[in-house]
Amino acid sequence: MPDSERPDLVTRREAILRVSALLGGAALVGQTAMLAGCAREDVAFPAYSADDVALLDEIAETILPETDTPGAKAAGVGPFIAMMVVDTYDQREQQVFRAGLQTLESECRSMHGVSFLSATPEQRTSLLRKLDAEQLQFMHTAGKREPAHYFRMLKELTLLGYFTSEIGYTQAMRYIETPGRFDPCVPYEPGEKTWAVHA
Amino acid sequence: MPAEEFDAIVVGSGISGGWAAKELTEKGLRVLLLERGKNVEHIKDYVNARKAPWEFPHRGGRTHAMEEAYPVLRRDYPLNEKNLDWWASDADSPYTEVKRFDWFRGYQVGGRSLMWGRQSYRWSEYDFEANARDGLAVDWPIRYADLAPWYDHVERHAGISGSHEQMPQLPDGQFQPAMPLNCGEELVAGRLKNFFDGRRRIIPGRVANLTEARPGRAPCQYRNACWLGCPYGGYFSTQSSTLPAAMATDRLTLKPFAIVTEVLYDRDRKRASGVRVIDAVSEKSIEYKAPLIFLCASTLNTAWILMRSATDVWPDGLGSSSGELGHNLMDHHFRLGASGKLEEASLEKRYYYGRRPNGFYIPRYRNLFGDKRPYLRGFGYQGSASRSDWQRAVGELGIGGEFKDAMSQPGQWEIGATAFGEMLPNHDNKVSIDESRTDKWGLPVLKIDCATGENERLMGLDMKNDMAEMLEAAGARDVEPYERGYFPGMGIHEMGTARMGRDPRTSVLNEWNQVWDAPNVFVTDGACMTSSACQNPSLTYMALTARAADYAVKELKRRNL
Repeated sequence: MPDSERPDLVTRREAILRVSALLGGAALVGQTAMLAGCAREDVAFPAYSADDVALLDEIAETILPETDTPGAKAAGVGPFIAMMVVDTYDQREQQVFRAGLQTLESECRSMHGVSFLSATPEQRTSLLRKLDAEQLQFMHTAGKREPAHYFRMLKELTLLGYFTSEIGYTQAMRYIETPGRFDPCVPYEPGEKTWAVHA
Repeated sequence: MPAEEFDAIVVGSGISGGWAAKELTEKGLRVLLLERGKNVEHIKDYVNARKAPWEFPHRGGRTHAMEEAYPVLRRDYPLNEKNLDWWASDADSPYTEVKRFDWFRGYQVGGRSLMWGRQSYRWSEYDFEANARDGLAVDWPIRYADLAPWYDHVERHAGISGSHEQMPQLPDGQFQPAMPLNCGEELVAGRLKNFFDGRRRIIPGRVANLTEARPGRAPCQYRNACWLGCPYGGYFSTQSSTLPAAMATDRLTLKPFAIVTEVLYDRDRKRASGVRVIDAVSEKSIEYKAPLIFLCASTLNTAWILMRSATDVWPDGLGSSSGELGHNLMDHHFRLGASGKLEEASLEKRYYYGRRPNGFYIPRYRNLFGDKRPYLRGFGYQGSASRSDWQRAVGELGIGGEFKDAMSQPGQWEIGATAFGEMLPNHDNKVSIDESRTDKWGLPVLKIDCATGENERLMGLDMKNDMAEMLEAAGARDVEPYERGYFPGMGIHEMGTARMGRDPRTSVLNEWNQVWDAPNVFVTDGACMTSSACQNPSLTYMALTARAADYAVKELKRRNL
């Protein structure tokens, strides 16, 4: 079923929902064209360098830092983002993403006078909060066929990479491979973690 | 070398073919079960079922390489990293689309029974009477009472969980205990009873997942990973259910990699004598003989085989004398519905445990019980309620530790449902052989020419708006109707092309699923359907197959075949 997964829905349709939800749903970057069945140009961008991956790791860690549970870096989100961009983004999206990393660096320098990797955690956070507000504004006004804002891409892939990692499943959330039963209605206390849905 | 002989040949090992093999072997026949694709052994070959979700590098998603290799499959959810092995290769088996038709195929032992949605609903008297009542297409040659005992029969063996509801449009069956509604769904179901004269009801989905053990099969473990194959045998598939039963008789021969290219027809005896097969690996041509043939190759491939058979007698193929072979292709149109949020304070302290591979169902209510709409027939809804998870974070403002911890907790309750609508039979929706293109084995491909019409368009308006109306009546907030775009085939409920009927001049099959022009050839997969109803069709294929097999064996013994 469908659609946003199995909005949820059910069963096969659920599978649909799940998968597209996993990738962010039809609204997700990289998905619109393929769901529409359009042809996409193929892409042969070079893989990301170790320096790029280190930067991605730090950006991801700033979005989802270590708290009581490990952060994005420990969950391997930097390498995951680099792989996903190359393997699943179309050419325009990849261009936006690559250019975005440079924009992020120059925004950091103009805001804090240092590179992102040299910035303090507070400086990193204040920069990304600004970019986050910017991307949300952009996404509300951008046309459907336009590539997403680069920080939207970074944020989506960080969330996806983190919450679908082993750390995400088993530490940020709760996951039992074989629940063995279904309880349709159980008490929930605020603060308790999500039961991970995707088997 | 003389052709190998059997008592019966079953073409295709999916839901219908598995049932044919089981029923025929259990009645004493030596059966050859032919499958065009590879073997998939129960449990042993469910290689992805035991992987943790994080072990899939793209976490289940799709890559450029996959999209390039699967130009059709990529059009919807089936293109994914987790069970790609079970979806047929678009490159090996192309087809021609006069209009866009999404054909999602499963070429392996078990066919699509491995990946199906498992929703299992009986058709009702309203459905079998529909064509006659509307003066449309041709009348079904059977009524609900003809099939009811066979629904009983297949439900008991397959294991269908569901609730008894006494709804004439959705007959009850031989159910195992239902998978219950969760608290969000219960709340909405309870409120909905007070609206719309109580005619729109939310009931637990009826699903081919066990809630009680069956021989050799454990009950559902609530992993919700069915489409990777279930190591517990928790859901019905050929592998978990019908194939072991057939194997246990010692009368089954299963041959994978056997592509049936035609039914051999003896024009003197006016009977089929066997089938011709291409070995998918060696590409050698082989013949098998039997006095009884069941075609269960899946709707469109069954039509393809018939159209290539007995062409020396009928240029358009076996069953074409009516002019209806290949025509009246149907699917279920869907991808319309609505979703909303449940903001009740009472729900905030409620959750659920376990991953139920099922949801709720709203049986058809349109054009029934005095309701009259500007279109014919109706639709049902499938949906569920759940608490949102981290995915909600994508659209929310926020970064940092607090944001992360908040997104690690369940969010608001949400509810949504998608309608599945009946598609009318239409002679103009058809398939034929495209002699100008060939597949990997040099065989001419199928040409599909199918579109929905005005009836489906008008029904679609209700499919979208009714759900929004129901959710609003039940107190949901931020209700959003949606329309995600549908092309025929996306429902993966292909039906028709060799319809049953009462008259050989207007139908391909008789009331027992026998080809009018060759009574020892039975067609019991989706090709036989005379109308599409709005319920998921697989359970009806099972019942029709078991009924036809029973009749075929009796006729064989009476020497009428």
